[in-house]
Amino acid sequence: MSNPQAFPDLEGTDGQQSETPLPPSNPLRDPADRRLPRIAGPSGLVIFGVTGDLSRKKLMPAIYDLANRGLLPPGFSLVGFARREWEDEDFAQEVHDAVKEHARTPFREEVWEQLAKGMRFVQGTFDDDAAFETLRETIEDLDKAQGTSGNFAFYLSVPPKFFPNVVQQLKKHGLADPPPGSWRRAVIEKPFGHNLESAQELNKVVHEVFPRDEVFRIDHYLGKETVQNILALRFANSMFEPIWNRSYVDHVQITMAEDIGIGGRAGYYDGIGSARDVIQNHLLQLMALTAIEEPASFHPKALVAEKLKVLSAVQLPKDLGLHTVRGQYSAGWQGGEEVVGYLDEDGIDPKSKTDTYAAVKLEINNRRWAGVPFYLRTGKRLGRRVTEIAVVFQRAPYLPFDSYATEELGQNALVIRVQPDEGVTVRFGSKVPGTSMEVRDVTMDFAYGESFTESSPEAYERLILDVLLGDANLFPRHQEVELSWEILDPIEKHWDEHGKPAQYPAGTWGPAEADEMLARDGRSWRRP
Amino acid sequence: MKIDLTDTTSSKINNAMMDARRASGSTAAGMVLTLVIVVDEGSAYDALKAANDASREHPSRILAVIKRAGRSPRARAGARLDAEILVGADTGSGETAILRMHGELVSHAQSVVLPLLLPDAPVVVWWPENAPAHPAQDPLGAIAQRRITDAVTAESPVDQLALRAQSYTPGDTDLAWTRITGWRSMLAAALDQRPTTVTAAVVEGESYNPSVELLGLWLTDRLNVPVERVVTDGPGITAVRMRSKDGEIVLDRPDGLMGTLSIPGAPDRMVALKRRDTADLIAEELRRLDPDDIYAAAVRTGVERLHEPSAQAHATDVAVAMAEAEAEAHTAAAVEAAVEAAVAVPRVTAKVPVAKKAPTARKPPAAAPKKDGKKASPRKRSGA
Repeated sequence: MSNPQAFPDLEGTDGQQSETPLPPSNPLRDPADRRLPRIAGPSGLVIFGVTGDLSRKKLMPAIYDLANRGLLPPGFSLVGFARREWEDEDFAQEVHDAVKEHARTPFREEVWEQLAKGMRFVQGTFDDDAAFETLRETIEDLDKAQGTSGNFAFYLSVPPKFFPNVVQQLKKHGLADPPPGSWRRAVIEKPFGHNLESAQELNKVVHEVFPRDEVFRIDHYLGKETVQNILALRFANSMFEPIWNRSYVDHVQITMAEDIGIGGRAGYYDGIGSARDVIQNHLLQLMALTAIEEPASFHPKALVAEKLKVLSAVQLPKDLGLHTVRGQYSAGWQGGEEVVGYLDEDGIDPKSKTDTYAAVKLEINNRRWAGVPFYLRTGKRLGRRVTEIAVVFQRAPYLPFDSYATEELGQNALVIRVQPDEGVTVRFGSKVPGTSMEVRDVTMDFAYGESFTESSPEAYERLILDVLLGDANLFPRHQEVELSWEILDPIEKHWDEHGKPAQYPAGTWGPAEADEMLARDGRSWRRP
Repeated sequence: MKIDLTDTTSSKINNAMMDARRASGSTAAGMVLTLVIVVDEGSAYDALKAANDASREHPSRILAVIKRAGRSPRARAGARLDAEILVGADTGSGETAILRMHGELVSHAQSVVLPLLLPDAPVVVWWPENAPAHPAQDPLGAIAQRRITDAVTAESPVDQLALRAQSYTPGDTDLAWTRITGWRSMLAAALDQRPTTVTAAVVEGESYNPSVELLGLWLTDRLNVPVERVVTDGPGITAVRMRSKDGEIVLDRPDGLMGTLSIPGAPDRMVALKRRDTADLIAEELRRLDPDDIYAAAVRTGVERLHEPSAQAHATDVAVAMAEAEAEAHTAAAVEAAVEAAVAVPRVTAKVPVAKKAPTARKPPAAAPKKDGKKASPRKRSGA
């Protein structure tokens, strides 16, 4: 948090960054007192679309877990907004069930009691003026009954087409204007548009109502411990940074694979595809964190400045046909189960050209990375569910062994396992015990589950707490979103105009074209 | 998996641990610290259980040092080391060695422990009870980064705080302090919400609970205002009041489970403030291994700076305690209860009145088994 003045105001208009969660005058606080957790100030959270899956499986459990860890302020309030005809008690019961089923920490009655006191439900649709009026009254009531002091975050867990509607309603009913000395924040989920134009449009809609600094875009990958650890790994240690550049790194592979198909999301997925769904946000964020220069501090503006530098230095390959691949899964066997192909899924147009697999090659034009390709790939119905960043190093310039001694020696690699089985693996060669000289790859492992708490916080816990604290470090800014679209849009355009997705059998690691794409560069995909 | 080694040495124990780990299939040991527990046979079970639970958050090698000096001169003259090694499912997510030291070996425990420490990992020593007067100068304490004592298990918990302050060395910490983290964070949050100048404060809680005093000392140290210590029936700490010109900020927890936070000008709010079990406390202790300066400042503030409640209230308290002591004196365990109660009476409040100390100075012999007197139950081990 040092010296915010040193960073030019990237946002242009945001004069007062809300970065003073604690008045310095509190004599009971001391930076040396690290037992005391960061508790959010008095506040409440309003969830739109509270009956949805995300809300039930992630948001509600995360809120309970935060309360259980004592990180929520006394009197924290949760307001649900949805069409369903519920009373406050029904809502509380729903949250209760969701918490019991999905929470990470054990259920404790007294914590639940504390939380349940501040739960309200408002029934209505997004164009219903009366419902928003009720919402305003509910919030005012909560200020009185629970002491939330007018601080509310609005979590839009709804499809993006409703965003304009909801934010306009919030504005119309004075919900977006904080009473003096308090804040109102908007939390939005991906997708942040489906191309540059729509993203700008969306940003415009939201920024019209909420100031830029009060808009929090959730990219739940950034809330993951392993992703935050990329920064710790790179900038807290001295042994990695010297080799973290083009002199030693051969290439970087960033993979996010899912074993599931599109499930019930046909309506959302068709026409969007994996590149827009995953590469635009998650993978480009992972790439940015892997490639950034050391930020001057962990002030959100310092970090975002570095990320923007990397994203704007990204260069697309000249021949998009040779260095990008998209695919669609066809019927096949996935982990012992027979599954249908994408075109046979319910609700999918049999002539759909939507990609369920995408691989692209990107380069970053700066002194550190020039000439080092970053291969990004994602897909559904791949071998297994895994997300990882593999930094693959160059081979030793000279090997003083017989050629057959190093036959089994691959390239050294450092793999950050984002999920599951979070950790870091280093792969290097080692002599095989025996009388002859033979070198083979071995791995050195760091696993979170082994060295740290078995239950590291869920991404949503961290992100919701950060929203309440007003800490924007783990949220992509609108410029990042727009830059990411600038990277992806030409690729999507090329795909639209040329050919159609390659088919790959479900349960494999993608189409043969993707292997050819790397083979052209003399490389091959890791099997994650 | 459990391995018993009789009349053994550290290097045999090391080998056995290595073999056990190989046999269970996990050769990669991601353990982050060595936790040495110095304990007697009686409390070993509870302490190990807590440590094993805590090891789910902090995979560690747990070494329980059980000293058996022996009762006869013959037993004391010999020296023997017996070990019980637990690896795998029986022992949380680390490995445990229970080291029983007999005879002369008792005074050379560090020679057994030293070869068993994990390489390059921090060492924590925990005395669940009977902590040495100067933990950092204890041969086992000297090899540790972190030394955990527990004032509540001492004969006189409040006097124990003074001792801790006297011998404080960076790295020392006390579970009586760990127990009040929840209270402290809630009080700090209350002042976040309502920045105000506190003019006086009151801490209320059961007697024989040094956490109440520590909380008072912390408030004294941070706020620099007079803090009163009021004795209640508990459990643990029951209330904290911070007075300011706008009124009182009160955090009240009568049942050891749910608290109520009252701030002037704001509605009362419920806060979950459950008394935590020892495993939670140890897990919190192991989270940070750097010196806790805030604890140092609080414990060094000195119990004598806490004020007693107004004379009248105090008199009633003492009278009640006296009456109880007398009532108990007629029961079967008459003698011991009377002694305990007599010891208890002058110490129910923070201050130890000097005048009264002299006549009641005869403490029960250290080895005598303790039966819990009604008022005096210093061995009750639970969260604050």
